[in-house]
Amino acid sequence: MYGKGLRTLSIATVAAMATALCLVFFYAPLEAEQGFLQKIFYVHVPLAIVALCGFVIGGLLAIQHLRTRDSRWDMRSYVAIHMSLIFAVGTLITGSIWAKGSWGHWWVWSEPTLVSFLIVFLLYATYQPLRFAIEDPERQARYASVFAITAGAFVPMNFIAVRLSTAYLHPRVLGSTSNLPGSMALTFVVSLVAIALLFATLCKYELTAKHARAQLRALRRRLAETGTDQGDTRSARIPESASAEGACLPASVEEVATAGRFGV
Amino acid sequence: MPALPLHEAGKYVAGAYIVLFAIVLIYVAIMAIRLSHIERQLGELLELSESPPEVETSTERESLPA
Repeated sequence: MYGKGLRTLSIATVAAMATALCLVFFYAPLEAEQGFLQKIFYVHVPLAIVALCGFVIGGLLAIQHLRTRDSRWDMRSYVAIHMSLIFAVGTLITGSIWAKGSWGHWWVWSEPTLVSFLIVFLLYATYQPLRFAIEDPERQARYASVFAITAGAFVPMNFIAVRLSTAYLHPRVLGSTSNLPGSMALTFVVSLVAIALLFATLCKYELTAKHARAQLRALRRRLAETGTDQGDTRSARIPESASAEGACLPASVEEVATAGRFGV
Repeated sequence: MPALPLHEAGKYVAGAYIVLFAIVLIYVAIMAIRLSHIERQLGELLELSESPPEVETSTERESLPA
């Protein structure tokens, strides 16, 4: 179900990433002020944009979950937020590397863009502890969706507030008066597409893996039930290792999401 | 601020791109581990389904302690 089109998406991602790297290092000119250091911009900014969009998408998927009560939307929302958190970590690390090279400091607390991004990151870092602190799968999904919607609405508001603030050091990329030259803009757009494709591919991988694991669990449970009904003692040997293996993952998310499908 | 010379800026740029590839690489490694778990469990279930059924007889059931 989720694995459909995964191969095409993976190939497109690899091609886009390779093209973006070639454009970054062989096509885009060196920036006059920052020189070679500006090449970080082609990875840092797309990571930040995709991470923030991912958080918003997670909120939109959560709305869909609350509207339809279909737990598959909750699983998609969870995966989008989970992946955005990973991308946000990448944004923070690459941003710090750039700051060290450009400003001479790993972090500048007086810079609103940096601090606001950190606030968004920390806000979403509480999503998983909140989610897995609730045992009941139904309540867990509902509370997580409410959190995802509230936090998702906070992201654009936070972005606008920071854009409106005047005292900033952080370079402006989009919508600024100093527009990028054509070659740089093209490289940036290709990099953005490559990172967005990477996000989509990793989300699809995650969803496919979760779905496969849930199917496996459902199959094991069904075999155990059938075996017990027919007095087959083999059902006692059905491994329970999968539940332990999935302990670090939202097993309940997967189980609820597939419950309707398999009638478990 | 003047641009950093290439040998200075190079290590920062390399660091940033290595971070991206490390993230992807770690993720792929985690996915590979998960996949091997699924494969192993699927193999166990397949092995179990292919083995002949072991139905308990009534005498065996009676002989078991309550």
